[in-house]
Amino acid sequence: MSFPLLTVTAALPAAGAILTAAVPAARRTTAKWLALLVSLGTLVLAALVAVRFEPGGERYQLTESHAWIADFGVRYELGVDGIGVALIALTALLIPFIVLAGWHDADPYETQTKRWRPTQGFFALILMVEAMVILSFAATDVFLFYILFEAMLIPMYFLIGGFGDRAHTGTDENAAAQRSYAAVKFLLYNLVGGLIMLAAVIGLYVVAGNFSLTEIAAARASGELEMATDTERLLFLGFFFAFAVKAPLWPLHTWLPNAMGEATAPVAVLITAVVDKVGTFAMLRFCLQLFPEASKWATPAIIVLALISIVYGALLAVGQRDIKRLVAYASISHFGFIIMGIFAMTSQGQSGATLYMVNHGISTAALMLVAGFLITRRGSRLIADYGGVQKVAPVLAGTFLVGGLATLSLPGLAPFVSEFLVLVGTFARYPVAGIVATSGIVLAALYTLVLYQRTMTGPVKEEVRAMPDLKARELVVVAPLIALLLVLGVYPKPLTEIVDPAVRHTMSDVQQKDPRPEVEAAK
Amino acid sequence: MENLIALLVAAPLLGAAVLLCGGRRLDRAGHWLGTLLAAASFVIGAVLFFDMLGRGAEERELHQHLFSWVPVEGFQADIAFQLDQLSMTFVLLITGVGTLIHVYSIGYMEHDERRRRFFGYLNLFLSAMLLLVLADNYLLLYFGWEGVGLASYLLIGFWQHKPSAATAAKKAFLVNRVGDMGLSIAIMLMFTTFGTFTFGPVLAATGETSEGMLTAIGLMLLLAACGKSAQVPLQSWLGDAMEGPTPVSALIHAATMVTAGVYLITRSGAIFNAAPDAQLAVVVVGAVTLLFGAIVGCAKDDIKKALAGSTMSQIGYMILAAGLGPIGYAFAIMHLVTHGFFKAGLFLGAGSVMHGMNDEVDMRKYGGLRKYMPVTFVTFGLGYLAIIGFPGLSGFWSKDKIIEAAFAKGGTEGWILGAVTLLGAGITAYYMTRVMIMTFFGEKRWQPAPDPDKAPSAEPGVEVHPGEMPHPHESPRSMTIPMILLAFGSVFAGGLFSLNSAFVNWLKPVTEFEHGHPPISAGAVTASTVVVLLIGVGIAYAQYGRRPVPVVAPRGSLLTRAARRDLLQDDFNHIVLVRGGEHLTRSLVYMDHTLVDGVVNGTAASVGGLSGRLRRLQNGFARSYAVSMFGGTAVLIAATLLMRGV
Amino acid sequence: MNPVNYLYLAALLFTIGAAGVLIRRNAIVVFMCVELMLNACNLALVAFSRMHGNLDGQIIAFFTMVVAAAEVVVGLAIIVSLFRSRHSASVDDASLMKL
Repeated sequence: MSFPLLTVTAALPAAGAILTAAVPAARRTTAKWLALLVSLGTLVLAALVAVRFEPGGERYQLTESHAWIADFGVRYELGVDGIGVALIALTALLIPFIVLAGWHDADPYETQTKRWRPTQGFFALILMVEAMVILSFAATDVFLFYILFEAMLIPMYFLIGGFGDRAHTGTDENAAAQRSYAAVKFLLYNLVGGLIMLAAVIGLYVVAGNFSLTEIAAARASGELEMATDTERLLFLGFFFAFAVKAPLWPLHTWLPNAMGEATAPVAVLITAVVDKVGTFAMLRFCLQLFPEASKWATPAIIVLALISIVYGALLAVGQRDIKRLVAYASISHFGFIIMGIFAMTSQGQSGATLYMVNHGISTAALMLVAGFLITRRGSRLIADYGGVQKVAPVLAGTFLVGGLATLSLPGLAPFVSEFLVLVGTFARYPVAGIVATSGIVLAALYTLVLYQRTMTGPVKEEVRAMPDLKARELVVVAPLIALLLVLGVYPKPLTEIVDPAVRHTMSDVQQKDPRPEVEAAK
Repeated sequence: MENLIALLVAAPLLGAAVLLCGGRRLDRAGHWLGTLLAAASFVIGAVLFFDMLGRGAEERELHQHLFSWVPVEGFQADIAFQLDQLSMTFVLLITGVGTLIHVYSIGYMEHDERRRRFFGYLNLFLSAMLLLVLADNYLLLYFGWEGVGLASYLLIGFWQHKPSAATAAKKAFLVNRVGDMGLSIAIMLMFTTFGTFTFGPVLAATGETSEGMLTAIGLMLLLAACGKSAQVPLQSWLGDAMEGPTPVSALIHAATMVTAGVYLITRSGAIFNAAPDAQLAVVVVGAVTLLFGAIVGCAKDDIKKALAGSTMSQIGYMILAAGLGPIGYAFAIMHLVTHGFFKAGLFLGAGSVMHGMNDEVDMRKYGGLRKYMPVTFVTFGLGYLAIIGFPGLSGFWSKDKIIEAAFAKGGTEGWILGAVTLLGAGITAYYMTRVMIMTFFGEKRWQPAPDPDKAPSAEPGVEVHPGEMPHPHESPRSMTIPMILLAFGSVFAGGLFSLNSAFVNWLKPVTEFEHGHPPISAGAVTASTVVVLLIGVGIAYAQYGRRPVPVVAPRGSLLTRAARRDLLQDDFNHIVLVRGGEHLTRSLVYMDHTLVDGVVNGTAASVGGLSGRLRRLQNGFARSYAVSMFGGTAVLIAATLLMRGV
Repeated sequence: MNPVNYLYLAALLFTIGAAGVLIRRNAIVVFMCVELMLNACNLALVAFSRMHGNLDGQIIAFFTMVVAAAEVVVGLAIIVSLFRSRHSASVDDASLMKL
């Protein structure tokens, strides 16, 4: 039996979480370093996963399979395809930066008693989320995935509700109320989605007799497992609803701005760059593989919703007054692109969507973390409270601009490649949708540049005059992310090589072929 | 030899990376490094040029494949370069004028504390612009296309602390993005039609698809060109872009970047040749912009904005020529090059004037400067003669050919276009003479420097003492030498290009060439051009040379007032797009809060209300619970018995 | 004697107990009534055991007794502590669980 690399990759942060939580109250710094080390260790393991993965080999690699709840055919089954590898790598990559960026975000308030250990809890929860997310990217058992999908909510709930952004307007009580509103909203939204998915999971078991993704998909493909059209559609909708809440897709998006606005910047990154990716990932892996016919049936509606997300998210981002909510709405727009790419059912669209997940993670992390540094300095999230920062903190402004340019998909930075692939992939099948979505690039430029102009340029405001530039720790967070954006923007080949075979498999699952170019088709 | 192509792009890119990441240590030497790398790029370009001359006309195209950029199933984009005569022309123009402007900036930006960064941005621009013209496929071209947009954004907003500069930069980027939409849709159309977007295969396969598809692609490319080249209806950003430092206006917003649209159309010639409707649209856009820019240029008192109107108008000429098809491509590019010389020279001259005049930009406050700034006067004057098309100078050769080609279009169209280009030549002569007279002739109308707190000066790099009268003086050597060199180009380039039709023959293998046959003889066209030119100069002299120029602009006619406001296009944009957009986003934000979120919160509230009611059942009295238990049991038993009974 | 009569008796005792639980307020009395109901059940169980001729009913009766004994221990303790804190053994006074 081979070495259970995937389990270990997920187990390390889980063990790290327990250890971090156990660090005594007075040893805050130890807990931080421990969390950082564990997350770096996980990154090494994830790198190992990526190295051991052979792009041209079996569809699922590094597989593990153990009986778990034998009576219900639930197994502990893991395995990754290229898409999973890319997303595990993204998760493992971002967590060290999140930890480092949130270094002081959970230091106890002076009023708190000595027994209170917020710092330990904060970092332990982050590691816990990492463990669950990694495992969910690797799970090939539907039930196992479902459990992780739901369990993730618990640490996230505490991260959002327990550790709010210290920059808020109004009284502390007021802020606490808003925070708890955001946390509860996040939890309820996702629980409702999860509940509907649970029904679909059980329904799937009733129809298929087991939970194994690979077995069911194989049985579906070979025609052994027939599903009535209505059953398939209902099950598909059950799964899709949960993923659409998580992703989030319009009109199920309203939890995201609240959650991202109230959480600290690193947690906001955790939400949008890592946890939400489970939703879009699951659309690719579960919806398309298990219910190919229903997926095709639902495609037009989903494309329309995704388009609305793109335009609507961007327009709302333009209208925001709060920096973090602006980034949240921008993310909604980007998730629209991802979902559109997945359901365009072309190789370019799906490859683009997968790349988009990775690139959006990195670019949002860059933008949001720098925004977090900015917000911590001034103690306000309102755009109107800033002005002329460029003059006093040029490095901060410069990195913020690069993050913004990545968000607006400037060629040369990673998101451009994925966005263009998604657009081309969509255009090939749905020209009108492709053209409407292209207007998103103008709107993205609008909200990003307006944000940059209002915060960074113009006369220096009195309150920001004494603002220090980025410190060493903060530079360590931002510089690698920006370097990655540049490298992946010019040389995304390592990523496309891993992703491409997986997309080919998915395309054959849904029995779709790319539309052929008109000139070739005519011959 | 082809391995050198990547170095062309890499040299300035290296400069940009070093200068932007290098930190303050490089402040003292940064500008030299930037200039050196720009010059290095020029030298490489020159080497490649002479190498190219050494080969036969058909073997001049070089290719360099660096690596595969986006390899995805069915979709291949490469980082690969193509150097042919057309790109070569641009390479020499960009690196040559670029290097001169680097040199000029050393003096011009001397007092700016962020000079290092300025040179970093300039290098970034050069690199992106070279990428644009060297790319061998449309996606890589798009990379460069947006890259120059970014550099332009950074440089227009270089003095970010001025809100007007920041706004202008944002506006330029946004308007350009609208054009970029066109380019990306064009690429998508090419991909779905041809399965590729590399120049070679696409342009070779135009015969295999329908004219409708080619028209669609052509129109989208035109939209892109309109954005980048400031053509109607996307021209509004160029005037505001003058907020940037003057060397930037000279390099980016006159000589190189704004001509990228002409390059795009010329490069895609095969597509346009097969899509007459798209060509017609190109011609119309060119003709409209030609007049639009010229009219705006007549009314502006700000010297840079007057020149910006002129740039718009001259690019209108080029676009128009490019829209004429094979009879015009070569002349479009020729005018582009000569325009690069004289317009860059004019802008540098304007910068030199501002340098000596406390950064005053209002021409009404100049006057009589020829004695104080002789070098600037002579170089500016030569540029002026070149742009109005004074016989023998560069602008004459290129513009005259365009006017001829316009007539040669044939039919009514030909007459209309010919008349428009002739009229444009006349207006050009008028507004340029106006600029010339107001700046260098007449009496001094100098005003004390304004209080910088009230009206931030245009170029805050220089110290300005409020209330001080300007002391015009000649600019330092580093600024005058580039002006002199560009003046040489303005005088001789056109003639040189026209010797034995050298330029046309040079470009012929790439752009094709047909001789146009104007309905009237070439001599008649030239004669009428000269006549129109003299009329324009005459009117300007009568208006501004014979009477004193008022310091405060007169109210002027309705047209003048409209032209001062860019023919109201900005007002239209403001009312329709900005206000409309604000209303839309505000109502959407409100809707998101009340409607979408309202449904969610409403559901939550109704669940909460229901449970609030149910809670009443839990009254805490043990005996009432007992009653419900007994009652429930009784009901169950009764139900069981009844069911049994039935 | 006809075993059915034991069942009537059990039903009577159960009804008395139930009525007591519902009507009386004193916790001790309520408690005794609960015991009465339990014992009514026991009686019924034993009677059924006799009627059907197997021992299952009797075994369950023993279980019930054990559970009842345990319940008495816990229940009385609760009543005593309730009385200590409230100075009353009324069931209705202990209605503070509701908000």
